[in-house]
Amino acid sequence: MESKLRAILSDDDLLRMYEQMVLSREFEESCAEQYAKGHITGFLHLYSGQEAVAVGATAALRRDDYILSAYREHAQAIVRGAEPLRVMAELFGKATGICKGKGGSMHLFAPALSFMGGYAIVGGQFPIAVGVAFAAKFRKEGRIAACFFGDGAVNQGTFHESLNWARLWELPVLFVCENNHYGIGTSVERASALPDIHRRTCGYDIPSERVYGMDVVAVHEAIKWAAEWVREHNRPFLVEAITYRFRGHSMADPGKYRSLAEVELWKSRDPIPAFGNRLVAEGIATETQLEGIRQQALATVAEAVAFAEESPWPEDGEVWEDIYV
Amino acid sequence: MSMSDMTYRDALNLALKEEMRRDPSMVVWGEDVALYEGSFKVTRGLLAEFGEERVRDTPISENTIVGVSIGAAMGGLRPVAELMTVNFALLAMDQIVNHMAKIRSMFGGQTHLPMVIRAPGGGGSQLGAQHSQSLETYFMHCPGIYVAVPATPADARGLLKSSIRDNNPVMFLEHELLYNSKGDVPDDPEFLIPLGKAEVKREGRDVTIVAYSRMTILALEAAAELEKDGISCEVVDLRTLTPLDSETFVASVKKTGRAVVVEECWHAAGLGGHLASIIAEECFDRLLAPVRRVSGLDVPMPYSRKIEKLCIPQVETIAAAVRETLSQKY
Ligand SMILES: Cc1ncc(C[n+]2csc(CCOP(=O)(O)OP(=O)(O)O)c2C)c(N)n1
Repeated sequence: MESKLRAILSDDDLLRMYEQMVLSREFEESCAEQYAKGHITGFLHLYSGQEAVAVGATAALRRDDYILSAYREHAQAIVRGAEPLRVMAELFGKATGICKGKGGSMHLFAPALSFMGGYAIVGGQFPIAVGVAFAAKFRKEGRIAACFFGDGAVNQGTFHESLNWARLWELPVLFVCENNHYGIGTSVERASALPDIHRRTCGYDIPSERVYGMDVVAVHEAIKWAAEWVREHNRPFLVEAITYRFRGHSMADPGKYRSLAEVELWKSRDPIPAFGNRLVAEGIATETQLEGIRQQALATVAEAVAFAEESPWPEDGEVWEDIYV
Repeated sequence: MSMSDMTYRDALNLALKEEMRRDPSMVVWGEDVALYEGSFKVTRGLLAEFGEERVRDTPISENTIVGVSIGAAMGGLRPVAELMTVNFALLAMDQIVNHMAKIRSMFGGQTHLPMVIRAPGGGGSQLGAQHSQSLETYFMHCPGIYVAVPATPADARGLLKSSIRDNNPVMFLEHELLYNSKGDVPDDPEFLIPLGKAEVKREGRDVTIVAYSRMTILALEAAAELEKDGISCEVVDLRTLTPLDSETFVASVKKTGRAVVVEECWHAAGLGGHLASIIAEECFDRLLAPVRRVSGLDVPMPYSRKIEKLCIPQVETIAAAVRETLSQKY
């Protein structure tokens, strides 16, 4: 039987996690609209369905622990504290964007929040996370590096090189696999000789765990435990969160490779109503409160869109800036 | 200025040691750099002096060597990584081109990467096609990184120290055939050579030879030969390819009216084409003859001593190109 939420986290923490999941969802759904209108262009990979992972994991980390991610990272940045205004402006390519409009959807970065970036080469972030963890250990900062990646990324050489290296040098890296079952249109079973990703660490003597990634509290507990283990032992750990993306890989992908029944099944496991219902059932929030949270998220997102729309484009001279120090 | 006669290898070694003493955030790593003291012994004595925390052997994982250096640089350290040879940089091209060169710009200038990737390279040791490459053009073609190519022990020392202190990522390309070359090196621990400053290594009237790394040494030898026939060559050593100091060689070509560009890399789409086009654009009305290029042959490097030589510019081929330029009149 599930333990009561209050036994695990305070009401405030629980409500904040709910707020963040709702904000992430509304932000992404609004991005889809802005993409349809032509305000956001280029590649746009949305996170809808996976919110429990970013929210549960980030809440379980210390604020100065590093986070690195891939290109599906809007929610990760926002949940870490990036202003939705500036993230939206970045997606619009405006000068007020979090990377001055030079990064776009796939390259959010916020060093003041220890959010060390979204990377668009599948698996490219693994060695960088190991390096950041090395620096943290060398400088005796007590921070760890949490590295998020998809199920597709584990078949890159970088995954294996980085696991080996992190274990060999005993570095505080927490690998967090978001197994949403697909790398674009190729299912994990068709891409991985061993689709149980958490078991793939045995070759590197790295402990690992699998968690149900549609349950924000379960993710929180797993990451909390794993992060403390990493911090205490100065050694890597891997958590595989089983999740699902509700939309196609990117806005360009209608997602024909998945059956309607499969998508419907996972949508019935939507982490947001599931968590909301528990909050109500355990008397932590009322339906009205949850609706208020949603309205607030909608307002925040609308404000972000307005800000992005009104923001100026970068000046032409900016193309020569920020390349060399 | 007091000087010591030392090898290119020792000059690099001294630069590493001095900078490590100066900056406790500097770390050195790479395959076999610590216990084995480097395949070319450039890291000799580092482990003994600085310990395992700062001088580390890595697994054979080139892409990850660069990636870990990037992360460490972002995390506040100053890593200097060695790729055993530049040939293996091809396994690290993702981290070099897609990450190291892009991170500052794509993140809107919010971070910088104070790091150096050292890589020995070049041909001429009969190491066969996979171990004899000159890949400088590959890195020069990519904005976001600096590329240093020292020719002499003094330049090796001064450029490496500057590269380590610089806050931009630097590809530092050493030439394997220069490690044992000797020369005067200033003793001053603050002796630095700025990145982006070419040097006129020899003054002359009749023709400008533009070169870099080992090609500079060969160009100087060719110039000495040609002098016997009364031909006066000016030799410009680029020293860094990015930033490229075109001002220095353009001024020289304007003076002499003739240019020979020497590159060890392949001719097709090689950096010499870029240099020649700058000269053509900037000095058209002053040129007395077309710009000539002396390049590596467009073939995978053969092993056999006899034919390997044909593939790399030699003193004679440089001298021949100079004579041809001088024979041209219009
Ligand atoms: C090195 C590399 N190869 C291919 C691609 C193209 N690509 C972009 S996303 C993707 C799928 C990655 O899947 P996964 O790691 O599971 O992440 P998810 O999209 O599911 O979050 C691919 C193949 C890329 N960006 N980088």
